[in-house]
Amino acid sequence: MSEEVGAPRRLDIDGLLRRMRQGARGDIVGLTILLIALVGLFSILLPSSFPAIATVQSMMFQMPELGLLALAMVVPLISGGLNLAIIATANQCALLMAWIMTHYIAADTGSGDIALVIAAALAAGLVYSALVGLITGTLVATLGVHPILVTLGTMSVIDGISIYLTRGTIISGFPDAFQWIGNGTVFDLPAPFLLLVIAAAAVGLVLSRTPFGISVFMIGSNLEATRYSGVDTRRVIIGVYTLSSVLCFLAGTLMMARFNSASAEYAQSYLLITILSAVLGGIDPFGGFGRIAGLMISLIVLQVISSGLNLLGVNQHLTLAIWGFTLIAAMAVRFYLAPLIAEKVRSAHRAGADGDHRARGTRESARRP
Amino acid sequence: MRDLVARLSGRTEIYLAVVVVVVGAVLSVLSPYFFTLSNFIDLVETYSVTAILAMGLFVVLVSGGIDISFAATASVAQYATALVGTDLGWPAYVCIPFGLGVGALLGTINAVLIHYLRITSIIITIATMSVYFGLLMYFSGGKSIYTLPDWLSTRVVFYEGQTAGGDLIRITLPMVVMLGAVLLTFVLMTRLSAGRQLYAMGGNPEAARRLGVNIAAMHVLAYGYLGFMAGLAGLIQAHRVGESVPNALVGHELNVLAAAVLGGASLTGGIGSVPGVILGIILLAMLQNGLNILGVSSYFFQIVIGLAILLSTSITGLSSRAGRRRQRVIRAAEAVRV
Repeated sequence: MSEEVGAPRRLDIDGLLRRMRQGARGDIVGLTILLIALVGLFSILLPSSFPAIATVQSMMFQMPELGLLALAMVVPLISGGLNLAIIATANQCALLMAWIMTHYIAADTGSGDIALVIAAALAAGLVYSALVGLITGTLVATLGVHPILVTLGTMSVIDGISIYLTRGTIISGFPDAFQWIGNGTVFDLPAPFLLLVIAAAAVGLVLSRTPFGISVFMIGSNLEATRYSGVDTRRVIIGVYTLSSVLCFLAGTLMMARFNSASAEYAQSYLLITILSAVLGGIDPFGGFGRIAGLMISLIVLQVISSGLNLLGVNQHLTLAIWGFTLIAAMAVRFYLAPLIAEKVRSAHRAGADGDHRARGTRESARRP
Repeated sequence: MRDLVARLSGRTEIYLAVVVVVVGAVLSVLSPYFFTLSNFIDLVETYSVTAILAMGLFVVLVSGGIDISFAATASVAQYATALVGTDLGWPAYVCIPFGLGVGALLGTINAVLIHYLRITSIIITIATMSVYFGLLMYFSGGKSIYTLPDWLSTRVVFYEGQTAGGDLIRITLPMVVMLGAVLLTFVLMTRLSAGRQLYAMGGNPEAARRLGVNIAAMHVLAYGYLGFMAGLAGLIQAHRVGESVPNALVGHELNVLAAAVLGGASLTGGIGSVPGVILGIILLAMLQNGLNILGVSSYFFQIVIGLAILLSTSITGLSSRAGRRRQRVIRAAEAVRV
């Protein structure tokens, strides 16, 4: 790279940042069109039951569980990694909090003490999740092995400890005040939904408006280049997995409040669905690009499909198949429309790399002036 | 001899072989039952399905991809075969190729999507896993098939004998099929030009393409092969348990992946060997079996697997990366010569 390339690049920093925040072009628009089409379709098929307050409210109750877990997956995804241990971490935090609550609250415990125990349990869960994240992040940052492997290992260890300690049983029976987190409403808005919105907004702000967030995107694009540009990549990676773990703590709290129980087995089938929802939402699976807004729309799309089919009386397994179809269809549309939409970005350079490497190639060619 | 040492030093397989020997020795000292022929035969039988799946997954890993859908593929192939075998009464010589064909077809669909939509394999196979498994559960209604045709459920014993201690030893069909799968994979990856091309593609797809490797065909070969092996594993699993349960196999994908990765197959492609993967499976099998014999809670096993993965990745991660890169260059060079 010579100097003449350097100058216009420096001027284009704002453009680069905008691109980072926006993710793949046209994704949000395309997803919104898909969402509107789906809502229209289900409203025609189910004129009385689908466009109803009760349906919307039940969707708002159901979505946050997957939503918070997907947020926990998206942060490492944007950094070019992956956290397979999210469900295990969420369940273990839930089990820890459940143990504290069932152990220190008896039938005759006063309400003041109950509040104290709940606060202590939440604090313990938060600290524990941060600790798990610190360890995972340190392993990922120092070993230099693909995060799939590291988190496959941590997932196995965490799940193993949970199953070993509980022998596969569930812990249940929490105070009403705690269950409110999962079942309460604020001005008719479900509390879980508010929790998801706040968490998503916070993660979105951290990723797009803080130096840490920008570093996460940069690492996702090119780890080595980021390190050479003076960013302490290890610290950022540790931060990524800590943030992911803390989001798991929120997901775990929500799940135990909704089910009034905790177990090592809950939500295991969501693990790969979180990746599906993230990619549908325009998060680049190789890292570096994506927006939390895209993830949120993708989650709503999945929830609308699930609730709509459920109201139609369709078996939930077909929902899973249709989610899979939706992702493949979205990827196909993206593949065939991307050259048209991003023509300006993609210049004459067209890396001819095939297969899995093509996405990397495209990104490099897109970045060249 | 020095040549051999030089070639073997620094390879994951060597570390792994040492670990296997050490773990085996420790377990043998702790329990007299562990180091017996009948225990080994039991282990081979128990892990036959895992090994067949791992062989298929290994080929995909070498090609530089990953596949999450193989357990769903195995379930679909198994259930479809059981269905045509019982409801339609098709004979064995039609059903078995049908089951293997279903597996290979589903694998090929993965390959076509990965190649022509240019989407990373993990994403496509997560999507197709959802589709395959969702449709299977939808159309089967989650109902198991308990009465399999005789040809599928009848045990086939090739050899039966007794050890000096009086334990019964049987060489059964799953073991023989597993051996066949291992040999086939070994020949494909080391003796055929297609295998060399898969290594080259996994090492550097662009370089391989410019050398004239047909990337599309290689994708179909890798994922189709895994699909075929998944079909085979599905049939063997039904044969072993004597019924077809639609969700019996799903959920164990990551264990098979762990075995392949423990054996030194790299997720970035181009690296790994059949003996390595076999050693990985042996290690997992020995740990599980040994802990069982020693009376350690089976709940503890998952923690041990996790620690084994973390430990082995730490060793590979911290050992010289330059060495691995050099190895990859050598592999690519070898592929050119073929």
